[in-house]
Amino acid sequence: MRELNLPVTEDELHAYVDGELPDDRCANVEAWLKSHPDDAARVAAWRAMAETLQRRYGGVVDEAVPKRLEIEKIIGRPQRWIWGAVAAALMAFIAGGAIGWTMHGVAVSPSAFANFTDDALDAHRLYVVEVRHPVEVAGSERDHLQQWLSKRVGYAVSPPQLDKAGLKLVGGRLLPGPDGPAAFFMYEGPTGERFTVYSSRAKTADMQMRYVAKRNDASMFWSDAGIGYALCGPADRDRLQQVASLLYDQVEKADVKAK
Amino acid sequence: MVDFRQSVEAMIPALRRYARALTRDVDIADDLVQDTLVRALRSERLFHGGDIRSWLYTILTNLNRNRRRSMARRPTLMQLPDDAADAGGTEAEGRDIERALASLIEDQRSVLLLVVLEGLSYREVAEIQGVPIGTVMSRLARARAHVKSVIEGERPALRRVK
Repeated sequence: MRELNLPVTEDELHAYVDGELPDDRCANVEAWLKSHPDDAARVAAWRAMAETLQRRYGGVVDEAVPKRLEIEKIIGRPQRWIWGAVAAALMAFIAGGAIGWTMHGVAVSPSAFANFTDDALDAHRLYVVEVRHPVEVAGSERDHLQQWLSKRVGYAVSPPQLDKAGLKLVGGRLLPGPDGPAAFFMYEGPTGERFTVYSSRAKTADMQMRYVAKRNDASMFWSDAGIGYALCGPADRDRLQQVASLLYDQVEKADVKAK
Repeated sequence: MVDFRQSVEAMIPALRRYARALTRDVDIADDLVQDTLVRALRSERLFHGGDIRSWLYTILTNLNRNRRRSMARRPTLMQLPDDAADAGGTEAEGRDIERALASLIEDQRSVLLLVVLEGLSYREVAEIQGVPIGTVMSRLARARAHVKSVIEGERPALRRVK
C-alpha cells in the first residue's frame, strides 16, 4: 500500500501502457485514470496508436521473404573482410551509460557491473598519475607477470599485446577486486597517454561491451564466462574502442586455445 | 555457428517490419535488412552470448541513421501527402500514421517503433540507441505527443508558419 497517494507521472503512464510498470503500481494508475479523464484519454489514444501501427505494418511479418534476403544468398556472396564492418558491429555493442535504471526483466545486475567499472576506473585514476611506481612488476618481466597474476587471480591471464594501437606495456600489479583479486596492466602510448586493463572474476552474467565515461576517464567493460574485463583510458570513445577491439580479439583467441 | 545463423534467420520477418515502418518504402526497407544481415553474418565472431535480436535491431538502426545522413546531403523529392483522396477507413488511417511517422525526428521514430511495433523493453531500446533509459522515455513521450497531434489533425506548430 506504499506510495498510494503519490500522483501518477507521465512517465508512469507510458510505462503502464508499455507493460513496464511494476505490478504493485498498476492498481494505483488504474485508480488514478478513473478520476483523471484527460490522462485516461491520452492512454486510450496511445493504445489506439499502437493498434494503428500494428494494422499498418504488422502484416509485413507474414509476407514471403524476398529471395535476396534468404540467408544462403547472403552467406554465398563474396565476402570482403572490411574493418569498418567490424567496427560497426562493435559499435552495436556499446551502450552509453544506460546503467542504474532498472525496471523488470533485467538480465544483468547493474550494480555488479557498476562496482566492477568503478573499481577499475578508481585504480586507473590512482596509478596512471604515478611516475616512479606505476606498477609492481615491470613490462620487461612479461613472463613473470603472467605467471604471478594468473596464480593469484585463479585463471590464465596474460598482458595483451597492444602494439598495434601504439601502446607499450608498462607493467602490472595485483589489486583487490569486487569479487576477488584483480590483475591490472598498464600501457603507455607515444604521447604519454596511459591505458589500463583490469581483469577479475565477476559476478555478472556474460555481457557485451559497454562504454562508461566518468569525468575525463572512460571504460569499456565486458564479461565472458565469469571473468570481467575493463579497459580504462582517456574519455575518447573512438580511441578506446580501437584499443578495446584489439584487446577483445586477444582474449577471445586465448579462450579458444584454452578450450 | 548454425544456431547463430538460425537465430538471425528467424529475425528476418521482424526486421523487415521494423525497416518498413522506419522508411515507409518496401525497397529501401529490404535494402536495409539486406545490409543488416550481411554485416551481422560477417561479424559473427564478434557476437558472444548476448541478445541477437537487440543486436540486429542496433545494426539496422545505425545503418538507417547513416543512410539518412548521406541522403541529407542531396536534395530529395518529397511526395506531398494526397489529402484530396476520399478513401476512408483503414487506408486513410494508414496514410495518417505514415505522415505522422514521416514528420518525426529519426531517434523518436525509432524509439516509438521499437517499443510499440517491435515490443522491445525500454532497457533494450536504451542499449540499441546507446542512451540512458530516461532519454528513451522522453523520446517516446515526444513521439507519442507528435503522432497524436498529427493524427488528430492539429498541424505541428512548424507547419502553421507561412
